[in-house]
Amino acid sequence: MNVLCAEHLSIAFGGLRAVDAVSLEVPSGIVFSIIGPNGAGKTTLFNMISGLCTPHDGYVRLCGDDVTGLAPEQLARRGLSRTFQNLQIFPQMTVIENVMVGRHRHESTGILADLLHLPVVARQNRRTREAATEALSYVGIEAMAERPAGSLAYGNLKRLEIARALASEPTVLLLDEPAAGCNPVETAELENIIRSIIGKGVTIVLVEHDMRLVMNVSDRIHVLANGRTLAEGTAAEVRINPAVIEAYLGARATREVAGVAG
Amino acid sequence: MRPVDRFRGLAQHRLFSLVPLAVVILLMPLMFTSAYYYRVAALVFIFAIAALGLNLLMGFAGQVSLGHAGFMGIGAYSVAIGPTHLGISPLPSFVLGAMVSMLVAIVVGRPILRLKGHYLAVATLGFGVLLAIAFTNEANWTGGPDGMTVRHLTLLGRPLRGAEPWYWISATTFLVGAAFALNLIESPTGRALRGIHDSEIATRMLGVDVAGKKLMIFVVAAVYASVAGSYLALLNSYITPDVSGFLRSIELVAMVVLGGMGSISGSLVGAAVLVILPQALALFHDYEHMMLGLIVMGVMIFLRRGIVPSVAAAFAQRRE
Repeated sequence: MNVLCAEHLSIAFGGLRAVDAVSLEVPSGIVFSIIGPNGAGKTTLFNMISGLCTPHDGYVRLCGDDVTGLAPEQLARRGLSRTFQNLQIFPQMTVIENVMVGRHRHESTGILADLLHLPVVARQNRRTREAATEALSYVGIEAMAERPAGSLAYGNLKRLEIARALASEPTVLLLDEPAAGCNPVETAELENIIRSIIGKGVTIVLVEHDMRLVMNVSDRIHVLANGRTLAEGTAAEVRINPAVIEAYLGARATREVAGVAG
Repeated sequence: MRPVDRFRGLAQHRLFSLVPLAVVILLMPLMFTSAYYYRVAALVFIFAIAALGLNLLMGFAGQVSLGHAGFMGIGAYSVAIGPTHLGISPLPSFVLGAMVSMLVAIVVGRPILRLKGHYLAVATLGFGVLLAIAFTNEANWTGGPDGMTVRHLTLLGRPLRGAEPWYWISATTFLVGAAFALNLIESPTGRALRGIHDSEIATRMLGVDVAGKKLMIFVVAAVYASVAGSYLALLNSYITPDVSGFLRSIELVAMVVLGGMGSISGSLVGAAVLVILPQALALFHDYEHMMLGLIVMGVMIFLRRGIVPSVAAAFAQRRE
């Protein structure tokens, strides 16, 4: 079954058709990657899927329901979560509190109970903290739980953002360039994290420039160029697609891919 | 459990920081040599209540309001108009005022809280100015710019005259308000609000109804201000439209920023500085306001995070 579908998604900024009639189908429980050169429209496509901007044309379906034009918070409650290319953590809160916000959709106390700190709030806080701790240990930064999030190194911030998104127990997780700015060791660890998330039955949609990572973890790859679909297939198929190699990867990256293949 | 451990457990409690404050409130009157001291101290706590509410909005949710004294005006005029014109005794009028403030906050907050940054600042400013003009022009109800007298509140058959009862009432209310604030910070709502402060987009992406949460805290802040306004009117037994004026709103913002955004004791310190300092500077006569301005500027330049957070950070550094 497809957990996420986009049909003919289009959006234009001024005269520029940033995304032009892109359709994709993401089956449950796989890593679906979207690649393409800078300006291909990957992040814009993400923003339309996650409700940050409304497509001018086309539909988005989540678990079979039409969710086109729904606000991000509504999508989040339906099980869609995402991370951001330019990190969006809460630097003034502690690491664990960041992840606890991720539990928000599973919390159910009202403002009066919160002001009075009724026993139900204390119980809920305990449950939320436990779930958040679990999410932190999942990405391996539980030792930093009580530190201010703003004091973490870049690689750990990336993990924190993934932990926070995971804490919301999403059905579909959109990762926007999680490996950007990471060194090879961090990228390898990220690869393990992605694999283990899939093990939990979460579907991942990945936008990423690091080809080694994309080729290693992706079950399907969707290639965008100039806002349009260029190709789609498995890693092996995309890797040898002449149009992709020529139009997108270019000479330098062709060598890189050859290196991965060889 | 050994007594030492039990004390340590208590000391880590969320509300423990209020204990020293309660002790200070109890002991301070020992130094008061005249009713004047009670009056100034009551004023400090009254403004601290309003500043604390505004701090929840500014320091935690990161939303500014330059019209917050408008809600002080609603609270103040409720306890003035209720008994004088409507035949409602002061205590129900006080409760009614808080409810009216809630309602106005909901009606006004819904459209203007969609705005951000400077736009929100100007919209809230307009709201405050609007209310001040209404209080000035509706002379039949409010006595116009000359203001109106406020009847004493009667508690347990005893009219509350003078500053002393209002010292105890406002100080106790501040403690309760601070306890609510401390509770809120460590709750789902509080975490969501702090998230909104740092990244609205990420908070939404985690399923938080950002508009709803902003409105909620705006309403809470309005009630704090309304309560403070009612107390101010009852303490002074007299009220003029100045209570909801632009300068009052700015003063409240200054208290929050000066004391430290997001710091609960900061609201009290900010209120204390801006209430007591003008009294202490009175000996500079014509230069009083200039000195006040210079001191406020100096504090913001050298303690840029506000008095309480900056001093706390300095102590923490020394300990290391």
